[in-house]
Amino acid sequence: MSAGIQTEAIRPSQGVSRPTPTGSAAGLGRLGLRGIALLYLGLMVLLPLTAVVVKGFGDGLAALRSALAAPGAVAAIRLTLLSSLGTAIINGVLGTLLAYVLVRFRFPGRGLLSGIVDLPFAIPTLVTGVMLVALYGPSSPVGRVLGRHGIHIVFAPLGILLALLFVTLPLVVRTVEPVLLELDPAEEDAARVLGAGAWTTFRRVVLPAIRPAIAAGALLTFARALGEFGAVVIVSGNLTGQTLTAPVFIFQLTSQFRPEQAAAVATLLFAISFVLVLVTERLVNRREEAR
Amino acid sequence: MSQADAPGTPRGAIECVRWARIALLAVAFGYVGILLIAPLAGIAWTVVKGGFHVATETFRAPDVRHAYLLTGVITVLTVVVTGLLGVVVAMVLVRDRFVGRRIVSAVVDLPLAVSPVIVGLAAVLLFGRGGWFQALFATRGIQILFALPSMVLVTIFICIPFVVREVGPVLQELGTEEEDAARTLGASPVQTFFRVTLPNIRWGLLYGVALSAARAMGEIGAVLIVSGALQGKTETATLYIFRALEERQDASAYLVALTLAGTSIVLLAAIELFKRRRIKEMGR
Repeated sequence: MSAGIQTEAIRPSQGVSRPTPTGSAAGLGRLGLRGIALLYLGLMVLLPLTAVVVKGFGDGLAALRSALAAPGAVAAIRLTLLSSLGTAIINGVLGTLLAYVLVRFRFPGRGLLSGIVDLPFAIPTLVTGVMLVALYGPSSPVGRVLGRHGIHIVFAPLGILLALLFVTLPLVVRTVEPVLLELDPAEEDAARVLGAGAWTTFRRVVLPAIRPAIAAGALLTFARALGEFGAVVIVSGNLTGQTLTAPVFIFQLTSQFRPEQAAAVATLLFAISFVLVLVTERLVNRREEAR
Repeated sequence: MSQADAPGTPRGAIECVRWARIALLAVAFGYVGILLIAPLAGIAWTVVKGGFHVATETFRAPDVRHAYLLTGVITVLTVVVTGLLGVVVAMVLVRDRFVGRRIVSAVVDLPLAVSPVIVGLAAVLLFGRGGWFQALFATRGIQILFALPSMVLVTIFICIPFVVREVGPVLQELGTEEEDAARTLGASPVQTFFRVTLPNIRWGLLYGVALSAARAMGEIGAVLIVSGALQGKTETATLYIFRALEERQDASAYLVALTLAGTSIVLLAAIELFKRRRIKEMGR
């Protein structure tokens, strides 16, 4: 692969810090840029999140305890965790399949399929929810037919799952794809020539190489699903104790002027996704170092 | 299976691989079709069925026009800020070496993991009653919450990662050889950036900007909390959809939703096309 060779060629020159020709002026410029970047991220990202954590846990666990005592609070967190887990598993498997198909197979419509996979990046999340209601809602023909067979999607957990699957579809595909691209197909051919079946080849040759990428993509999917609001709020119906998710619960607490409780639940949710993102970062970095 | 696997029957093995291939393709197309295409087709069909008069009525309504305008203003401001500062952050992360660079890189990704609702809540905690910055702005008569500034701020927060994550890898791949050459030939850092670096990263930058714009246009969770959703004042296009659904004006809601989706799709498709053409030009 030409890209691989190029990075190798660049690598050595990057590690060496050589004196810049313009000397201290360039050094000052670099410090200035670094200052701008740190100030921007500090003010825009860290400060607001600190405010949430301080508000939520300024009085210890009191705010969290009172928030969790509200009716439907525990159920909302459980629903969010379970539906996010389901989303991560389903899109982990089918996202890997999509990435494999897109990288290894040549077929008509491949470019189109690849473009469609990115659709969720373009479509506003609220619109995703609206689309699901338009298609599966009680006033649509599809919704009526499904309803007659006892399948309820809108205002039911199944709708939440569909919305989360839609919104997170590209994440696993786009993390697994580059790793598959770098994997030499010759190894797979060799396994096949030696008599391994298609499934054995995938399980023994391909899967070990892409496993960290699948894990990273699935974790990212889980983290993204935990916080999803726009797509879910329309589809779920937000019935307390039944289809109320944690982000919508935080929204309700905020609009009821209970910022402490909202901040406590928000911190809980955010802590989970933060740990997941850190783990993902570690997985991706390890891959880059291994190259 | 065992027969197909036997080395003595290569034709059986090939046949097996062929069927596996067809099955995988069927699953891939089936999943994408049901999950992504069916809802899009569903809403398009509903809008078309609604007829032309819905469109003329909706687009003539002053609150709809104001909502589009406000979404446009917020999107442009967000794209400008996250584009400019995103390039700075990407340059610093790729070219600069300092203690804690990994942490800064993780901070850039944080907005991807934070629920928009939490972002809105944070803005309320900072600028609302009893907030850390409330006194600072209130005494000067500057309205932050329930007004444009907070709506732009929360949207910027959410869009921070896009440009950094698109430009970063391009800078990495590029290396410093061309920049070093320009500098040795006497170009100032500013000249080097505009003549050498910027032309090389422009497609990554454009793609990041497009992702930012799409996200900014569709933002709801954070904006819903900080704006107060005042009709005709702080109501964006997504907030209009939200209200129209609650007021059972489904036809208008679907129509505005479809225009938002259409705009973002066209935007991303155009840039994807440019990007591919560019790669072809470079002969790679």
